[in-house]
Amino acid sequence: MSSAFLVVVLLTAIVLVAGALVIAYLIAPRSYNEQKGESYECGIPTRGTSWMQFKVGYYLFAILFLMFDVETVFLFPWAVIVKSLGVSGLVSVFVFVFILTLGLAYAWKKGALEWK
Amino acid sequence: MFDFAIITDWIDQTLKTFLPEGWAFFFECVLIALALLTAYAVLAMILIYVERKICALFQCRLGPNRVGPFGVFQTVADTLKMLIKELIPINSVDRVLFFVAPFIVIAASVLSFGAIPFGNGLQVLDFNIGIFYMIAVSSLGVLGIMLAGWSSNNKYSMIGAMRSGAQMISYELSVGMSLMTMVLLAGSLQLSEIIAAQADTWLIFQGHIPALIAFVVYLVAGHAETNRGPFDLPEAESELTAGYHTEYSGIQFGFFYLAEYLNMFIVAAIATTVFLGGWMPFHVSGWDGFNQIMDYIPSVLWFLGKTFFVVFLSLWIRWSFPRLRIDQLLKLEWKYLLPLNLLNLLLMALVVVFELHF
Repeated sequence: MSSAFLVVVLLTAIVLVAGALVIAYLIAPRSYNEQKGESYECGIPTRGTSWMQFKVGYYLFAILFLMFDVETVFLFPWAVIVKSLGVSGLVSVFVFVFILTLGLAYAWKKGALEWK
Repeated sequence: MFDFAIITDWIDQTLKTFLPEGWAFFFECVLIALALLTAYAVLAMILIYVERKICALFQCRLGPNRVGPFGVFQTVADTLKMLIKELIPINSVDRVLFFVAPFIVIAASVLSFGAIPFGNGLQVLDFNIGIFYMIAVSSLGVLGIMLAGWSSNNKYSMIGAMRSGAQMISYELSVGMSLMTMVLLAGSLQLSEIIAAQADTWLIFQGHIPALIAFVVYLVAGHAETNRGPFDLPEAESELTAGYHTEYSGIQFGFFYLAEYLNMFIVAAIATTVFLGGWMPFHVSGWDGFNQIMDYIPSVLWFLGKTFFVVFLSLWIRWSFPRLRIDQLLKLEWKYLLPLNLLNLLLMALVVVFELHF
């Protein structure tokens, strides 16, 4: 039942955007102008494209994020049944988190968390 | 507490007496979609009005006060204005991705909006992995923002999108972990069960110290997730014009605006559901008379009241602090919030296993 409603909610979002766009196309004015189609960079003529090499710092953070996000996914099932697992589950998760913290400490030591 | 499932069941029964099974289900789906759309649009308008008024209050101004009494119809007028603005086609953009980006941003916010429990029985999507679903779906928004910035072929948009990407994925960790801390206590991922676990005391009181830390961390990280307030680097207007939506005009810009406000509401709603008891009234054990009086207040009012309280906190932060730099922003997350969160998670695990909670 819920998964059918998921499709309904998704369709709602699409209809919302598409509907508003259709209304806008119907009632909004349109006039063509050569200058209007230029990309807006504060009036100065654009030089080159923006699709170029970019700062690598963002990429480093994306990789770090991946590591911890996967960890979160692993921890969620444990979080639900922590009461029934008791102390043994607690110990194993402490070890798991400790190993991951080593990863964070390594990245910290290496200077990956600095923004240069 | 009045159970809204009575109304939905009644509609279900009535439709089934008049129509065959398939058509009844179809009409129910249409009703759900209409209800969601209405709630989405109305809440967005209220939020934008409230934000402008509160912002004006902080800055000793009056705010919108011309259209309608106290300017309440200002947002309606703004929406109309946005609809009749020209959608300017830019020559150098990647047309397909430029067109698709608002769809993804809105879809992410509507999908998480659908899972919010507004009241007793007023919830469209109640998955058994509710919290997980919320985190997963709301993180789709960053895809839309990245696409918008990248496809615009504009330096401002590109920088804005990259910053937004780095910021949102970083703070998502803190959001996920602080919510997980509360899942430990509630023992379920399903939103309705989490709320049911708070019938006597809200989770923030049950979990005392670790829950309070998690609440503060969630507020900071959730606020950063919405790209607002001191964390609005992706659209820092003094340096990046409008950030990732610089090239969007008319209603296409409106979608990003809409999604931003609704994301603020969704973050506040999750905080309400997980920390402040959702639609559960405030109960003090032993005070039976007090508890019964509290039960008379409808569940929807409880939910909206708490959510708007959290929204107010978010606005307060937004209009009180200057913008951070990107290195400060990432430092705050990776060097302070994340280690704190990991420690807090283990602390909460200890509290839960040795039953030190209330």
